[in-house]
Amino acid sequence: MTRLQTNLPGLTMKNPIMPASGCFGFGEEFANLYDLNQLGAIALKATTNHPRFGNETPRVAETPAGMLNAIGLQNPGLDKVISEKLSWLETYDTPLLANIAGTTMEDYEEVAADLSETNQVGALELNISCPNVKEGGIAFGTDPDLAAELTRRVKAVSTCPVYVKLSPNVTDITVLAQAVERAGADGLSMINTLSGMKIDIHSGKPLLANESGGLSGPAIKPIAIRMIHEVRKQTELPIIGMGGISTLNDIIEFIIAGADAVAVGTANFTNPFICPELIDELEDYAKAKGLENIQELRQKGVNSF
Amino acid sequence: MIVRSNREIAENIFEMTLQGEIVQEITAPGQFLHIKPSAQPVPLLRRPISICNNNKQNNELTIIYRTEGEGTTLLSERKENDSVDVLGPLGNGFSIDETKQEETALIVGGGVGVPPLYSLALALFERGVKVTTVLGFADAASVFYENRFKEAGEVYVSTIDGSAGSKGLVTDVIDNESLQFDRLYACGPTPMLKALEENYPNAQGSLSLEERMGCGIGACFACVCHTQNDPGGSEYRKVCSDGPVFPWREVVL
Ligand SMILES: Cc1cc2nc3c(=O)[nH]c(=O)nc-3n(C[C@H](O)[C@H](O)[C@H](O)COP(=O)(O)OP(=O)(O)OC[C@H]3O[C@@H](n4cnc5c(N)ncnc54)[C@H](O)[C@@H]3O)c2cc1C
Ligand SMILES: Cc1cc2nc3c(=O)[nH]c(=O)nc-3n(C[C@H](O)[C@H](O)[C@H](O)COP(=O)(O)O)c2cc1C
Ligand code: FES
Repeated sequence: MTRLQTNLPGLTMKNPIMPASGCFGFGEEFANLYDLNQLGAIALKATTNHPRFGNETPRVAETPAGMLNAIGLQNPGLDKVISEKLSWLETYDTPLLANIAGTTMEDYEEVAADLSETNQVGALELNISCPNVKEGGIAFGTDPDLAAELTRRVKAVSTCPVYVKLSPNVTDITVLAQAVERAGADGLSMINTLSGMKIDIHSGKPLLANESGGLSGPAIKPIAIRMIHEVRKQTELPIIGMGGISTLNDIIEFIIAGADAVAVGTANFTNPFICPELIDELEDYAKAKGLENIQELRQKGVNSF
Repeated sequence: MIVRSNREIAENIFEMTLQGEIVQEITAPGQFLHIKPSAQPVPLLRRPISICNNNKQNNELTIIYRTEGEGTTLLSERKENDSVDVLGPLGNGFSIDETKQEETALIVGGGVGVPPLYSLALALFERGVKVTTVLGFADAASVFYENRFKEAGEVYVSTIDGSAGSKGLVTDVIDNESLQFDRLYACGPTPMLKALEENYPNAQGSLSLEERMGCGIGACFACVCHTQNDPGGSEYRKVCSDGPVFPWREVVL
């Protein structure tokens, strides 16, 4: 089966579908439900140099066709991720995209160097766009000079390809995309969540303990599509597209917009089997349409087949 | 799962019976279902609802829920033979193995915290444990399952406004009736759980917690709580997969 085969820097994938970072932990919970080797790749939960508890609860709130989250990058820290999570993942041959976060450039460098040294991760995904941590994080994602410098420094210490995960919380996302491309990024991943807020009208206070959170789910899909379409016009860098994907048609729309692969986030919460289901559907679709490779869909629309 | 019945048993309180194979997988009272209220993207997320009781012979289980908002209101509109998208059973329930026959178990429930305690009461009763139940509600109109709990032992009801049972809180009932117990099991609003933990700092047994959830299976870290005796503040438990039932004093309420 090569119709879905997708080869991106560091990620040789049997299909272009992976769970999105933060929506799949390190895979353990989903491994109880299905074989993780079915996945094109796995984007791991953000790893920071030290363990983080994250924000207080409530950490999630529902919104129309979406949800806000302010988990606050809870994770066991670099050492435990390597000794416990990555060693557990060793039994799978699915490529890993390790999402890394930090508050200073040095934090990112430390995590990037150690994770890429394990030889177990196919590529790194720089999370420069988490809206839920007060320090750092988002500043790297909104200032093109900082984003470029961080990319350059992480590239310098990494032994595997580096994808930069772009924030939609900017006026012109193409400026950021071009800045990190010039700085040596091997790929882009987009989009992260949009900063938002829900107020509990009974208490008169923001519902999330963190007050604001990141919006994800079907509600943000049109924004993701528009941004990928814009960025695709400016660069040939591989793009892992995400934002509200929950159906086969969503994936086709992302590919047409310019994505080389896609990540499914929030939809894992409403249907934990969504990734293998979409992989099967995409395979059937490619077969029915007689596509040799799924990327033939790009810029053509489904009617040309 | 298929809806076998869905009816209002008290003001805004519905009892729904569902049929499906997953009933066979229920291992303990206190586990919950993660229910998708609509096939549409609005409302998006699943709703955690406790399993109240189950019958493995005919693959049926019962849930009891209050119509709080959008999701539970949609659920209340489901008719017999409709299907409901259910993930579960999830979580770890009440462990009753440590409760011995000659012991007395005090079961304390508040509002929609009452449902998971029903199958617990029955399981303890079947084990030969002496069961006493205290149920707290807002008012007479919202009282449910008082008689069902009598199948397992003595039942006391209190309401905030005094319109049914005694007036006041569940903790007032325990004090006024000088109820004695070896094991304490509780589910209900956090202030109720806190009051119980303060009043009975050495209680053995367990409590069931609520928290807003995403995945319900331990992957998203939406539902974490702090643990007690953790000066660094970095320890945590996930309500969905480590709980929702915890021993007294394990987690910060
Ligand atoms: C383990 C567990 C067991 C539960 N068992 C029961 C039960 O047996 N009977 C019952 O009536 N209720 C129970 N609840 C509470 C129930 O989940 C909420 O009342 C319900 O989710 C409200 O949904 P809604 O769409 O009607 O309200 P909305 O306010 O419209 O919901 C909006 C969002 O907030 C979440 N939410 C709102 N209130 C709660 C809450 N108290 N706990 C968790 N999430 C919440 C919803 O799931 C949804 O994602 C339980 C909660 C948990 C965590
Ligand atoms: C609960 C939750 C946690 C997330 N954690 C991370 C994270 O750790 N790192 C990251 O880069 N993105 C994180 N994201 C963003 C997702 O990876 C994804 O970019 C975004 O949710 C859009 O996709 P979706 O609409 O399919 O969820 C998180 C999203 C959610 C909902
Ligand atoms: S709800 Fe996702 S970890 Fe508990």
